[in-house]
Amino acid sequence: MIRKLLIANRGEIACRIIRTAHSMGIITVAIYSEADRNSRFVELADEAWCVGEAEPASSYLNQARIIEVAKSSGAQAIHPGYGFLAENASFAAACEQAGILFVGPTARAIEAMGLKSEAKQLMFEAGVPLVPGYHGASQDNETLEKACKDVGFPLLIKASAGGGGKGMRIVTSQEEVSNALASAKREALSAFGNSNLLIERYIAEPRHVEVQIFCDQQGNGVYLHDRDCSVQRRHQKVVEEAPAPNLSDLTRKKMGEAALKCAHAINYSGAGTIEFLVDAQENFFFMEMNTRLQVEHPVTEMITGLDLVEWQLRVASGENLPLTQEQIPQKGHAIEARVCAEDIYNQFLPDTGNIHFIKLPSGLEEKPSAHGENTPCLRLDSGVVEGDNISIFYDPMIAKLIAWHPTRTGASLKLAKALGEYKLGGIKTNISLLKNIVSHPAFLNANISTHFIDHHKSTLIPHCQPDLHLLLSAAAYLANKAITTKKHLDHAITPWDRLPYWRLNLPPKTTINCKYESDEFEFSVSYIDETRLLVEFQSTIYQVLCGSHHEMFRTEINGQSKSYNVFEYNEILSLFDQERQFNFTLPTLHLRADEQDRHSLRAPMNAKVTALLVEPGASISKGDPILVVEAMKMEHTLTSPSDGVLIEFFCKPGDLVTPENELVDLDIGEAAQ
Amino acid sequence: MPTLKTKINPHSDVFISRKSSMDHLVSELDHLISEIAQGGGEVACQRHLARGKLLPRERIHQLLDPGSPFLEIAQLAAHGVYDDNLPAAGVIAGIGRVAGVECMIVANDSTVKGGTYYPLTVKKHIRAQTIAEENRLPCIYLVDSGGANLPQQDEVFPDHEHFGHIFFRQANMSAQGIPQIAVVLGLCTAGGAYVPAMADESIMVRQQSAIFLAGPPLVKAATGEEVTAEALGGADVHCRQSGVADHYAETESHALQIARECVRHLNWKRPEFPSHPPARPPLYSPDELNGIVPTDLKTPYDVREVIARIVDGSEFNEFKQLFGTTLVCGFAHIYGQPVGIVANNGILFSESAQKGAHFIELCCQRKIPLVFLQNITGFMVGKIYEEGGIAKHGAKMVTAVACAKVPKFTVVIGGSFGAGNYGMCGRAYRPRFMWMWPNARIAVMGGEQAAGVLAQVKKDNLARKGESWSPDDESAFKQPVIDQFEAQSHPYYASARLWDDGIIKPRDTRDVLGLAICASLNAPIEDSRFGVFRM
Repeated sequence: MIRKLLIANRGEIACRIIRTAHSMGIITVAIYSEADRNSRFVELADEAWCVGEAEPASSYLNQARIIEVAKSSGAQAIHPGYGFLAENASFAAACEQAGILFVGPTARAIEAMGLKSEAKQLMFEAGVPLVPGYHGASQDNETLEKACKDVGFPLLIKASAGGGGKGMRIVTSQEEVSNALASAKREALSAFGNSNLLIERYIAEPRHVEVQIFCDQQGNGVYLHDRDCSVQRRHQKVVEEAPAPNLSDLTRKKMGEAALKCAHAINYSGAGTIEFLVDAQENFFFMEMNTRLQVEHPVTEMITGLDLVEWQLRVASGENLPLTQEQIPQKGHAIEARVCAEDIYNQFLPDTGNIHFIKLPSGLEEKPSAHGENTPCLRLDSGVVEGDNISIFYDPMIAKLIAWHPTRTGASLKLAKALGEYKLGGIKTNISLLKNIVSHPAFLNANISTHFIDHHKSTLIPHCQPDLHLLLSAAAYLANKAITTKKHLDHAITPWDRLPYWRLNLPPKTTINCKYESDEFEFSVSYIDETRLLVEFQSTIYQVLCGSHHEMFRTEINGQSKSYNVFEYNEILSLFDQERQFNFTLPTLHLRADEQDRHSLRAPMNAKVTALLVEPGASISKGDPILVVEAMKMEHTLTSPSDGVLIEFFCKPGDLVTPENELVDLDIGEAAQ
Repeated sequence: MPTLKTKINPHSDVFISRKSSMDHLVSELDHLISEIAQGGGEVACQRHLARGKLLPRERIHQLLDPGSPFLEIAQLAAHGVYDDNLPAAGVIAGIGRVAGVECMIVANDSTVKGGTYYPLTVKKHIRAQTIAEENRLPCIYLVDSGGANLPQQDEVFPDHEHFGHIFFRQANMSAQGIPQIAVVLGLCTAGGAYVPAMADESIMVRQQSAIFLAGPPLVKAATGEEVTAEALGGADVHCRQSGVADHYAETESHALQIARECVRHLNWKRPEFPSHPPARPPLYSPDELNGIVPTDLKTPYDVREVIARIVDGSEFNEFKQLFGTTLVCGFAHIYGQPVGIVANNGILFSESAQKGAHFIELCCQRKIPLVFLQNITGFMVGKIYEEGGIAKHGAKMVTAVACAKVPKFTVVIGGSFGAGNYGMCGRAYRPRFMWMWPNARIAVMGGEQAAGVLAQVKKDNLARKGESWSPDDESAFKQPVIDQFEAQSHPYYASARLWDDGIIKPRDTRDVLGLAICASLNAPIEDSRFGVFRM
């Protein structure tokens, strides 16, 4: 029996596990890195221990320290969540040795599924269908290049040890092979400490369907239906649902049974997920097995009404599975959207920064899946609170929003509405993309594949123009800012603060410039007084009345009044209307980017330097690759801003750099100009 | 606090007719200033912009804090003075906030005769420096000038307050700890080179600005050496080799941002602004002033109606209300800042002059800035007044005004004639700022009076010779004098010659005073020591 549980994870999943543990009367122990000291999960846990620096290797991956904390705190068990140590066989083994219960499968089962090539061999032997490919141990370039040729294009290169799209490359022709192999190896090595790769046929329009299974230590196994996780970007899931739509009952049953076959082949116990690729003819191929709780487990919980974490804890304690296959409920439809800090306008690059502002959607229920007959349910699994940082060190996922409804369409609409109300300021998020996905006609028709986002990019990431009212409001906010911000100061306000843009015998006027996506806007603003502005935009003059009410910025234009949440950070102004977020880029008061660019090479975000590509002293041309950085486990190659000579690197592989750090000393021969 | 109650009926015929007449003067002023703000005109501006340069007003706009006012001085400088049209005398000057600090900004307008210095350009530049020095305002020079205007060199170069005085002031302000920052946005040739060279910090723009003692043409003439402006004195030369400039900017906008950074690091602390009482608008709208003040200076009205539209909450604590009633004195606030107001309400008598002297002493004792609202034809004349010692009583007030070290601000809201100008802090009495309303007039006396005096003298001469003068001859003699006085006492004439710091509209008076008083308090208020008062 578990009376005290250590959660070896952070963020939303730590919060999620703590919640179930508390409901079962289990005392919780959180571990945290120095970067997470003030996080919500640390607060929620009964006790919390700092285990190291922000860098995961010294904190959340620091096995010895975590086991030491488990012992000191008297925890009988460790729940690893997902990611970090969840699928680390040596950690599971170390727990066992230390006499601590690892909430998950045995080290041997993890090991069996951990290396994909070997897992596939095992599945092949167990009679589970596989995609053609190369899963061999020989990893020299020659063998791999030949294997690519044999499998045929297009093909997929993956890290044997990995998951989640890391170290993964699609290769469409022979020419790309050697580069793709090299970078996949590098990414695999840095992400998993193992550079082994496998190669597979690439199925053109596949769906990603997975089966949630559960096994107890007594050898019983059930499947808790399926999930469709086809909607992905960068090979990572963004929208998941249960059950998978448009599959025949026969296919579902065959997949469920194949999944259990996989589990039994390795004497599996605990929660697991078997991922299949499904083609248009409902043929399914084994991809991999995840020997842990999945990010998207809430959709299964919502349609079954079960608590998977509770099941995990019971099974780990040696209890029998609570239900038999026939007893597993299934009701309605649930869809989950992963809210991530990322720039949907810039290749989904992860964004980092401080969350200045959170507005939650209405209709959230405190407890998950307690739905009755006709009560649509909305659930938010989140680990962040206002003021939290999204740092370079961890996954950019901020929260998961899950909607349940008796029908799939109902769940989609419910989720779309909630996403429209969910507002996060301070970082770029994918919320508007998620909202567009779940309200897209193709999605509503369940016409989905793993290429869904690519296929519908133009409508999912629309070049959506802010309307006139919003544009004028942005201008009015910026024009008024100099005055309104001072209003809140306690100290005396001088006449110099009270007369915006006052000019002797000339109209008080200013020009406001801002950029929305690639469109630049210019407004000419003159002041009637502090709350009444005349805004000239595209040759028309509008009177804008403005004021602040309940932390909203309110404007009245042509008799219509609208309110916005407004947040400004660095050079970004965010206006949230009822629907979505509009980010305006403001002209920087400092050196403009194009002026700076000639000399300057900086990382686009907080990142880690992984490779230097030229030697100091080398002559370089504009556009030459200079160095590679990695942020949020994605690689970015930085190129030279101009012709010149590279004098010196200000960084070395392994360094953490921010967008403020100059990375190189570049002599562009200016004095000679 | 006692509040002024208005007795004005804005629907009366008098109000409407006065308003229409003042509105006319105001719109004339607006029109003229908007023309002056165009600088050297469409063609010159386009040429300037085509070189990738910013117009001087845009430079100032970018230099200032977002939302900062700009209290410009001498907009009408050189207006109608020279054969050449010289808008704003080719240099824009005024006070604005940079990085939270009120600074004096002097910006050459190279669209106006290449930004060269005419005599009034020099006078305006020096006036701006005087304001900076008296009020301790950091100076930022946006330099883009061809230097002295050569055809005018005799009026520009040699004398006491000529071109050289600019650098003299720069050096001495720097010595007093008043920062001097130069942003070079064009050529700085010969004498002009000293503006950046003598600045505490200077900024140059890559391939846009140059500093040299002799430009390429003169170098070629002198030594035959052929060299480009950039190679001779560009930003690379001066930031990398000579050390004449300190900061290297990529563009003009960048240079202006660097200037902002420089100000941020001045470690400038102005005296704390009074937080009580909080500023409140007057009870009555300043817009009504146009209907209150008659443009005909002969028509009397109660100056308290003006005060009620300038001071916070129209609150006015009047001093000696029942004594010397032709001078209104009292305490009030403008934008939360305490002021003592001295305003004419008729001709000055001995009592009014004594009262004025007393009140000025009070303000100096209490370190309260003084605001003079000037509308004065002079001191009373006549036998009994001379016997009553009006000269010595007037002298008391003039002594008090002359010696008062509190910041003084003069607004000529009507006439400014004769010794009244002295007692009410005319230009010679060094008010920190002086402005005129568009209806105001300034002269040693009125044109009619002057013509009358001259006619009387001539008549007396003729009488001694036994000759007589026909009324027609007399009026023909008087008319040119009247015309001359009318032309020369006009506020535009005065402002063009820097006898004041600008023409302001009645409705803007409160704002102008509020900004100027606040800026003036960058300098600590000194103790006043008065000369001997003749008792």
